[in-house]
Amino acid sequence: MEKREERKHIISVLVENQPGALARIIELFSSRGYNIESLNVGHTEDPTISRLTMVAKGDEHTIEQIVKQLRRIVDVFKVRDLTDKRKLDRELLIVRLSVDTAEKKEEVKRLVEIFGAQIVDLSHDTYTVELTGDEEQVDAFLQLIKPIGIKEMARTGRVAMVRALQGDTFSDER
Amino acid sequence: MKLSGAEILLRALELEGVDTIFGYPGGAVLDIYDRLPFSPLKHYLTRHEQGAAHAADGYARASGKVGVCFATSGPGATNLVTGLATAQIDSVPVVAFTGNVPTSMIGNDAFQEVDTVGITRPITKHNFLVKDVKDLADTVKKAFHIARTGRPGVVLVDLPKDVSRELTDFFEEEYKTPVQIRSYKPVLKGHPGQIKRAAKAIASAERPVLYIGGGVVSSGASDLVVKMAEVANIPMVATLMGLTAVPGTHPFFLGMLGMHGTYAANMAVQESDLIIAVGARFDDRVTGRLSDFAPNAKVIHIDIDSAEIGKNRAVDIPIVGDAKLVMEELLPEVEKQVAKNREFYRVREKWIVKVRSWLERYPLWYEPSDRVIKPQFVIEKIWEITKGEAVITTDVGQHQMWTAQYYKFRYPRQLITSGGLGTMGFGVPAAIGAKVGRPEKVVFCISGDGSFQMNMQEIVTAVHYNIPIKVAIINNNFLGMVRQWQGIFYDRNYSQVHLDVQPDFVKLVEAMGGVGLRAEKPQEVEAVLKEAMAVEDRPVVIDFIVDREEDVFPMVPPGGALHEMLLPNYGKKKEKKAV
Repeated sequence: MEKREERKHIISVLVENQPGALARIIELFSSRGYNIESLNVGHTEDPTISRLTMVAKGDEHTIEQIVKQLRRIVDVFKVRDLTDKRKLDRELLIVRLSVDTAEKKEEVKRLVEIFGAQIVDLSHDTYTVELTGDEEQVDAFLQLIKPIGIKEMARTGRVAMVRALQGDTFSDER
Repeated sequence: MKLSGAEILLRALELEGVDTIFGYPGGAVLDIYDRLPFSPLKHYLTRHEQGAAHAADGYARASGKVGVCFATSGPGATNLVTGLATAQIDSVPVVAFTGNVPTSMIGNDAFQEVDTVGITRPITKHNFLVKDVKDLADTVKKAFHIARTGRPGVVLVDLPKDVSRELTDFFEEEYKTPVQIRSYKPVLKGHPGQIKRAAKAIASAERPVLYIGGGVVSSGASDLVVKMAEVANIPMVATLMGLTAVPGTHPFFLGMLGMHGTYAANMAVQESDLIIAVGARFDDRVTGRLSDFAPNAKVIHIDIDSAEIGKNRAVDIPIVGDAKLVMEELLPEVEKQVAKNREFYRVREKWIVKVRSWLERYPLWYEPSDRVIKPQFVIEKIWEITKGEAVITTDVGQHQMWTAQYYKFRYPRQLITSGGLGTMGFGVPAAIGAKVGRPEKVVFCISGDGSFQMNMQEIVTAVHYNIPIKVAIINNNFLGMVRQWQGIFYDRNYSQVHLDVQPDFVKLVEAMGGVGLRAEKPQEVEAVLKEAMAVEDRPVVIDFIVDREEDVFPMVPPGGALHEMLLPNYGKKKEKKAV
């Protein structure tokens, strides 16, 4: 297969909520040499079914292979590449910032307001901020607060769902 | 009525139609083996768990049924691993049951504990750890369903010791209801629109080739594929796994393609304008350098596993489905399209004439000798003596390729060989399984002196159960295929391939209770084969001392394209044999 352009794809997977199922998915990536950038797992409206949202980078052929290989797994119901779909796409960020001066405290409060984030925890010299947004927003926020001093941070990875009027949601098919 | 987990397992196996198990007991499966004597299931005690897995595999490949093997926890389970991986990559339906430490001990590094489901996850189609005896019956049912449907494969069920001891209700009527796995629905029927497109492409191509893989054999599509070749005048080539789909003497059959394929098969593919791949997966041993594989051909790819379509080669007309069901729809469409095309036979005749001329110009060939035994000669003689009717198993290496080239198969499932994994040590236990699965057939294992030593303990199993398999050791005192590569690509730097120190195979086999024979001169070959055929109650092993440095040709060098194959030295062409 000829080489094509690499880009990030966001793939949504519905799978039986069982320990072996998740292990099989993770092992598929390592055994076939695919890279996962982020992975998020949680159960759906049906507690016996989990939704995995993963971001993987690759050319079209690689991503097509990932999707097909995922579909082969006995415990997997549905696999969708949501990259080019109209979708809701969110990520949660929690970041602890070092704010040892009054100027830094003010700057963080200003950015928090602009981005619609929240200060959820504080100490004498730290603020902990929570932000929900799409990947671009989260990246932009991080870029702006980086100079202030990040002590610790956690990101959930993206979760995504096709918009209702797009007309091809998972629930339509089940 | 309440039954123990062990009793439920054995009863469920019966209800699945199982009558044969290959296995090896141990601490974690004591409860199962305790109930085994009270079950009608026939258990074969192999001498190593790897032998049990290969025997179950050979049984499945020969009979078309699901193979079953048992092993204990820890080393029992890890010894199965090579056998399960061998079956899985060749899409053979096998269900393996392993014992494990009691659920309360799991994760404690207990005696003979390993994470069996973790270890076997990448080499099984699916696997289960049963934590509650109430789930056992349903799990067994699902395991067989998954193993035998869709693209067949290996399913492992891990049973902690307490699960096989505990009691629960078992309802046979409930067990007999159809399986439902909500996340698993294999696509079996091909898309009608794609089938029509394929038929048109087949009828209008000038130089089509049918590229036949193991899926044709396992789905039972052999007759339909051959019929299509005859209706539409299409030359056929086959992979190692697909060889038995076509009678070896069929006039449209060009033999095996790929690294050790025939000149005619490889050239037909390279010059083709339409490749019709059925149940094949464009494996690297088949395609050679992928970018130059069938460079001018469009591709129709029929396969049950959509992940195989477009994996290695871009496909113009993909059809996902069971090869037999797709061929049932495709064949009448092709017949219709062929009838419409008036130019058809004129165009096709040219192509058939051309590919047949390749067969005649560059046949399979070796230089005969009346001084040393040529390995190819042994295989031709085995073919003659068995009238081409034996089920053949092989090990892996030169002898495997010579078998594929020189034994002309007659019926599907006749060749049992480790194609994908290339597992040395497969041949003898697979022959045991094959003979148990097809007792009416002569079963011949063609092995090498290296491979035979990897699982020769299983001769004892064959003695134990009076299984009269025949084993031919093509003995060149070398790891022959590795030596061949070192000879051609590493400047004859023979490193660690000498097997000069070897047991006396005749004495060894006699010591194990079998019959040992030897041939050292070409004139002795026929006589020892006749002697071997006369033995009906024990395994026979024949040590054929062959020409040490014979190479397998044709050969596509690694990284080469199919048309760049190295050919045999046709020095004395008057001796040349037709394929």
